[in-house]
Amino acid sequence: MSSWGIVLAALGYLALLFFIAYKADRRADAGRSVINSPSVYALSLAVYCTTWTYYGSVGRAATSGINFLPVYLGPTLLFTLGGVVLQKIIRVVKANRITSIADFIASRYGKSHLIGGLVTVIAVIGIVPYIALQLKAVSSSFDLLARYPLLIPPLRDGSLSFLTDSALYVALALAAFTIVFGTRHLDATERHEGMVAAIAAESLVKLLAFLAVGIYVTYGIHNGFADVFNQARGEALLDALRVNRDSAASYGGWFSLTLLAMLAALLLPRQFQITVIENVNEDHLRRAMWMFPAYLFAINIFVLPITFSGVMEFGLGLDTDTFVLTLPMAHHLPWLALLVFLGGLAAATGMVIVETIALSTMVCNDLVMPVLLRLRPQWLQAKQDLTGLLLNIRRGAIVLILLLGYLYFRLAGEAYALVAIGLISFAAVVQFGPVLLGGLYWKGGTRPGALAGLIAGFGVWTYTLLLPSFAKSGWLSETFLTQGPWQIALLRPQQLLGLTGLDEITHCLIWSMLANMGAYIAVSLLRMPNAIEAEQAIRFVDNKQSLRPGNLRASAADLLPLASRFLGADKANEAFTRYAQERGVGDIEALPADADLTYFAETLLAGAIGSASARVMIATVTEEGAPVGIDEVLHILDEASQIRAYSHQLEEQSKDLERASLELRAANERLQELDRLKDDFISTVTHELRTPLTAIRAFAEILHSDPKADIEDRKRFLGIILVETERLSRLINQILDLAKLESGSGGWRIGPLDISDAVHAAINAISQLAQDKRVALEEALHGPFPIIQADGDRLIQVLINLLSNAVKFVPAETGRIKVEAFVSDKEIRVAVADNGPGIRPEDQEIIFEKFRQGGGNILTGKPEGTGLGLPISRQIVTHFGGRLWVESQLGQGATFFFTLPRTAEETAG
Amino acid sequence: MPHRLRLTAQRLVALFLFGCLLFNFPLLAVFNRDGDLLGLPLLHAYIFGAWLLVIVLVAWTTERNPS
Repeated sequence: MSSWGIVLAALGYLALLFFIAYKADRRADAGRSVINSPSVYALSLAVYCTTWTYYGSVGRAATSGINFLPVYLGPTLLFTLGGVVLQKIIRVVKANRITSIADFIASRYGKSHLIGGLVTVIAVIGIVPYIALQLKAVSSSFDLLARYPLLIPPLRDGSLSFLTDSALYVALALAAFTIVFGTRHLDATERHEGMVAAIAAESLVKLLAFLAVGIYVTYGIHNGFADVFNQARGEALLDALRVNRDSAASYGGWFSLTLLAMLAALLLPRQFQITVIENVNEDHLRRAMWMFPAYLFAINIFVLPITFSGVMEFGLGLDTDTFVLTLPMAHHLPWLALLVFLGGLAAATGMVIVETIALSTMVCNDLVMPVLLRLRPQWLQAKQDLTGLLLNIRRGAIVLILLLGYLYFRLAGEAYALVAIGLISFAAVVQFGPVLLGGLYWKGGTRPGALAGLIAGFGVWTYTLLLPSFAKSGWLSETFLTQGPWQIALLRPQQLLGLTGLDEITHCLIWSMLANMGAYIAVSLLRMPNAIEAEQAIRFVDNKQSLRPGNLRASAADLLPLASRFLGADKANEAFTRYAQERGVGDIEALPADADLTYFAETLLAGAIGSASARVMIATVTEEGAPVGIDEVLHILDEASQIRAYSHQLEEQSKDLERASLELRAANERLQELDRLKDDFISTVTHELRTPLTAIRAFAEILHSDPKADIEDRKRFLGIILVETERLSRLINQILDLAKLESGSGGWRIGPLDISDAVHAAINAISQLAQDKRVALEEALHGPFPIIQADGDRLIQVLINLLSNAVKFVPAETGRIKVEAFVSDKEIRVAVADNGPGIRPEDQEIIFEKFRQGGGNILTGKPEGTGLGLPISRQIVTHFGGRLWVESQLGQGATFFFTLPRTAEETAG
Repeated sequence: MPHRLRLTAQRLVALFLFGCLLFNFPLLAVFNRDGDLLGLPLLHAYIFGAWLLVIVLVAWTTERNPS
């Protein structure tokens, strides 16, 4: 197949990619995002599958059997937890406008430049060889395909000039693509719609290409899965399929590979970029949680059939990594081979594009900008528009990273250091795990702790994996591996402290994690987190804004120009205007120069230049200057006092609550008491009503059932019925009367009143009753009385009640009743005295309760009447502001008094 | 439905632990021997089967109650 044909196909494919990315960017600008879809998000995550998967899985399966699988089981497990851990990370990233994994870790530990820089350096060292691997895969698959129908790859040696090296052109083309779509504009959220759409498309291409060759091999060359495995069994190849030879250590290796892949699927800069930074909507995670694992499942189904088929076809002589390509070539299917090549190209370009964008952002925000801020602050201050500078730094970083990758590829060639780089890269980025996950769930982590952990982990990684890979490539003396440096056997890098029986990855993982986590935790525990670490801990662990946004204050007039320099005037203006609207302020100038505004500007800037740099830039325009020294102290004090004030407030609130609940309890008890009284009253009333009713009914029944009763009996019975009916209606009237009085709607008819008139009227009304019983009635009015405002009828009712009671209780013939009235400065007093049996002291208050007649009448038993007269009378007197009471000694009669205040007279005047 | 969400989160954590169990020693050792299932090597069939099971369970858990 001609080289030019392949180049044209590759260019055509890249052009298609350009077109997709361009369209997606245009649609995003128009507000109709194509990547706002859970399926596109899930597909873009498959950037995880690079050429290392595409070509390398088969190679790994050929050499170590089923051990190629943990690399994909790990991410499956990670995404099972996606709804818990990933969701939290995404929320924290969005709330704090994090731009990369370096920014995340730096921001968590007090916006530290040092940590951001360190993470960036580790990432670049760990990832550049991995990029080299992609370049190698593309260029060697190109070289192989170009020689079709031959199956022999050209020998790479030092004689190949740069100008004829396909890998260089691949690197340059990828740099161009990445620059166009990765650094088209500066975005405050560091998102790249077009790129994500292109990556999702690439994921589809590589999956379809791999499935195509898989299906062809399994069903075209062989007769299905069972057939492939049967033939392999025949050739005694299946032994390789076992987890290595049953030794416990190999299960440990399996476990550590799974763990490694699980963490790498989050911590690789490209995975962090796609999973977290480019996430449009956290709901998309839900789909990705099963769809991404399903993708990994699909791309692995045909790995073993292709491996066995390849081994049976070529033996182990040919590079097993190329089986995916050489199998269709050997069966003379150039078009399928071309498709496979394009799939591999998709796998490589996807990885390189995202990885370099993520790395260039990190290099720019966490390495170059901090250095510029430190070394050339005046020069930065002088520049009006920094957006161009930022973009150029990133473009430069992209080109540099790709050229570094190319250089490494040229230097390493077929060396072990390149071939084994996949897992070595994974192990490098896994060093971010403890500080990232620890920082997400543990508030005690500090900046020195994070630094110590990263340095320790990275150091052990370098010593136990990177340097040995150099030694195995022949760049270092072999004795370094076999005998240890300076012949110290305990320091042998892959049997550290004599730990043997582990594969190199597990060995590195154990020691590096031990050093990393140990240093991180131990150093963190040396001191309390300081103010800014504590503040960031609250933001990350609780995912909350801390009690106050910060201790810096600057005005919009200072902040807007600053933001404009980094974001461009239009974007900055737009963001500030939106913020002003959110705060309900008319325009930008009216924004108060407070901590909230400053914090807003800081997060806005953080989106462009990273949180640590943003903090330094903000400090240059704030009134208080850099937030160090006394400010920090004040900040801590302030926060502490706010917390104290808050807890004091809580205490007050709980006291209030206690008080309120006590009052409620009291009120409830009173209500229950009233309820009980009401029940008593009702049962008493019904009882009182039933007594006359029973009599009436009994006599009415007698009359009804015995029509022949003689006329006298009838008369007598009807007489009783009449009396009882009257009593009943009197009772009902009084109950109604009492109810009216108690509810306060007595229907009072107030008018001028002379008390002597009322006394005369009452005595007149009662005189007949007194004469019947031959009781003496006297009156002694010590007037003259002032005219008062009162209801005469009601007062007469009171007097009649008292008098009729007296008549009721005095003995016939000898009974004497005396009504007296006095007047004093304050009140008019009326007394009704009798010579009846008197009232026991304990009954003297009870008789004023409803239905509680004086039980003291020993002679006559239960007195007549309703038991409501006195309560009603007392209600009436009380209404006019007076009192009604009784004074009595048993056997010496009783005297009822009531008073009427003369204030009624004044109000009348 | 915060309660519902908490339940989903618990199910996912349980599935994660279930997956860890399926993909590791000692369950792995049970199937790490010669033999075949429908023509597939036993271990191969087991891992892919368990993998598919986990994926299906996660899909079932997450897609069952869309917000």
